Amino acid sequence: MAATNIEVWQQATVVETAAVTEQIQRIVLRPDLPRRADPGSHIDVKLLNGAASLQDEVLKRSYSVVESADDGARLTISVFRAPSSRGGSLAMHALRVGDTLQITQPLQNFPLRIGAPRYLLLAGGIGITAIAAMARVLRELHADYTLVYAGRSRADMAYLNELQELHGDRLVAHINDEGTNLEVASVVGALAPDTELYMCGPIRLMDSVRRNWLERRLNPANLRFETFGNSGWYAPQEFTVRIPRLGIEATVGPDRSMLEALEDAGADMMFDCRKGECGLCEVRVLRLDGAIDHRDVFYSERQQKAAEKICCCVSRVASVGGEAGAAQGSGQGLPSIVIEVP
Amino acid sequence: MSIAPVVDSTAVKSAPRTSNASSTTNKVLGYPLNAWYVAAWDYEVTRKPMSRRIADRPLALYRAEDGRAVALADACWHRLAPLSLGKTLAGDQIQCPYHGIIYNSAGRCVSMPAQETINPSATVPSFPVVERYRYVWVWLGDATKADPELIPDMRQMTDPAWAGDGLTIPVNCNFQLVLDNLMDLTHEEFVHGSSIGQEELSESDFVVTHEGNTVTVTRWMLDIDAPPFWRKNIQDKFPGYEGKVDRWQIIHFESPSTICIDVGVAKAGTGAPGGDRSQGVNGYVMNTISPETAKTCHYFWAFMRNYRLESQLITTQLRDRVSRVFKEDEDMLEAQQAAIDANPDYEFYNLNIDAGGMWVRRLIERQLAAEGRLVPFA
Ligand code: FES
Ligand code: FES
Ligand SMILES: [Fe+2]
Repeated sequence: MAATNIEVWQQATVVETAAVTEQIQRIVLRPDLPRRADPGSHIDVKLLNGAASLQDEVLKRSYSVVESADDGARLTISVFRAPSSRGGSLAMHALRVGDTLQITQPLQNFPLRIGAPRYLLLAGGIGITAIAAMARVLRELHADYTLVYAGRSRADMAYLNELQELHGDRLVAHINDEGTNLEVASVVGALAPDTELYMCGPIRLMDSVRRNWLERRLNPANLRFETFGNSGWYAPQEFTVRIPRLGIEATVGPDRSMLEALEDAGADMMFDCRKGECGLCEVRVLRLDGAIDHRDVFYSERQQKAAEKICCCVSRVASVGGEAGAAQGSGQGLPSIVIEVP
Repeated sequence: MSIAPVVDSTAVKSAPRTSNASSTTNKVLGYPLNAWYVAAWDYEVTRKPMSRRIADRPLALYRAEDGRAVALADACWHRLAPLSLGKTLAGDQIQCPYHGIIYNSAGRCVSMPAQETINPSATVPSFPVVERYRYVWVWLGDATKADPELIPDMRQMTDPAWAGDGLTIPVNCNFQLVLDNLMDLTHEEFVHGSSIGQEELSESDFVVTHEGNTVTVTRWMLDIDAPPFWRKNIQDKFPGYEGKVDRWQIIHFESPSTICIDVGVAKAGTGAPGGDRSQGVNGYVMNTISPETAKTCHYFWAFMRNYRLESQLITTQLRDRVSRVFKEDEDMLEAQQAAIDANPDYEFYNLNIDAGGMWVRRLIERQLAAEGRLVPFA
């Protein structure tokens, strides 16, 4: 909501931190200027990351507010430690009680509308952090909702037991290693047409929901999603990017974005959201050795397939055949992309 | 108890007071947000969007094709152009007048003309709306608490046993000053001397009670001459009646800003104080005041009566006569606000006659404290 998202940076103190799964840390913060966080809101966090490069650099990351207690005096976030995602998760995991960090007040890009006839909340993996508070509010309002939570294994799924206790039959868990995989087509296929769907999860899941939504001609305004922390179709790999006109060439490490690498190399880049929504960081693709891993939600499927342009704040290049988790590509060096920038 | 710092857009620059500095001594209070406020009369909201600021929130109000009233923030997500200057489209949609983004009644973007996808964060706030008692009510606070049962009781507005009409007065004063005005009617003697004022008002005793979110002030004046306004009314029902009357004013406040006043006169000694009003005429002055800014408000009122229901003539006459009376209040309230502004270092003092108004202030103060917003306006 445009008017209410002016960032107010402030200090917050870590008051609790605990592992909820092997890779997910639950961190409770006490902000200096507490403000109630509505479901769907997130905070931005500034971190010093000494590990990613020789000099310290400031990283800005967004985390959903899992729970806001005492009118925002206790904000709970949960951080997934991906070997590669958008960096910074290591620094977050290293936080200890009493540490301080810079955060914004709760920001809202994913508001829950009160009063829909029925809701489907859909969370994949760490995406539960954006969804859990919505489920709690809908339960309190006696709304008609279902919470679908998909994950690889019980041990990987944060808050599963608490959610089961709170939501009972309204929670439907899909767990891959128990053979209860989520079938997106049947879930979307079974929806009453006036259902509002709120989702957050890996890009494969969200793309598949979007495709089914379009095919079933459901109202696009009823499909809501949170995008930050989107994963891609491929595991992040190192690749090179070149802008011939400016004589710039850079290597993009797995925990850096193409935009960051180009900025570091001295290119004067335009951007706004840095999370694949606005399209302002668009660059033109001149040549490609590899596959584009589109991680934005700005382009339509048709535009993504055309592969003429790419949102360089989130999208990457992967070696062809290099599916998520696969090792380095074709053996002819790094995947690469040649681009033109505005 | 600590007071949460105010960080929302209605924030005022002054430091929050602590709770022991009771805000009943503040000249004016902030406005609770977890409350229903009237945004407009039912007839004002149409397919052509209109703009109105309520509790410092600029709203775009319009009706969907099915007639449902909609309240969206009056600022497009993209570049904040006012949606109220846009146009309504099929169903429940409204289009921004600037670059054509289309929203539905939930404030969700459904079309972004210049691109193939919709930016997922493109929404404008949409506020709960209920239409009741000829008004369109909006809820600007926590939407999870927007229970239509909390709409104040103004049933005379639509009850077939009552007839009447009203108007809106835009007043250049804080809404609290209007509430003060209506809770203490001794001002009638001085402000409304030519219509409803009489000295018995100040001389007679009154009783204040409060319960939950309501305050009631009751005043009876027995065996008095009817002032001009009431002489005309009782003669509408009992042509030629010239005798003494028993007059009542029973002021019902419902937090945060609705005051319905049961008023009337009956032939003296015919049992009105005991409940038999058959020899009298009864009106209900319906008032609900919506803050606009810290120094302006929308004062919605109507005068309803339960006699001579068939007479449109009387309806129009009453509306005009009450309107003239309220103009006298408006002038006084605006002069008072100007004097408050011109004398920022002077305090209010309170009198015994302010008891009703002081209870109103206390209830509003509690509501503000519950919202963590107990701060006086700067
Ligand atoms: S900066 Fe917004 S999409 Fe890249
Ligand atoms: S300001 Fe509304 S579409 Fe641009
Ligand atoms: Fe008056």
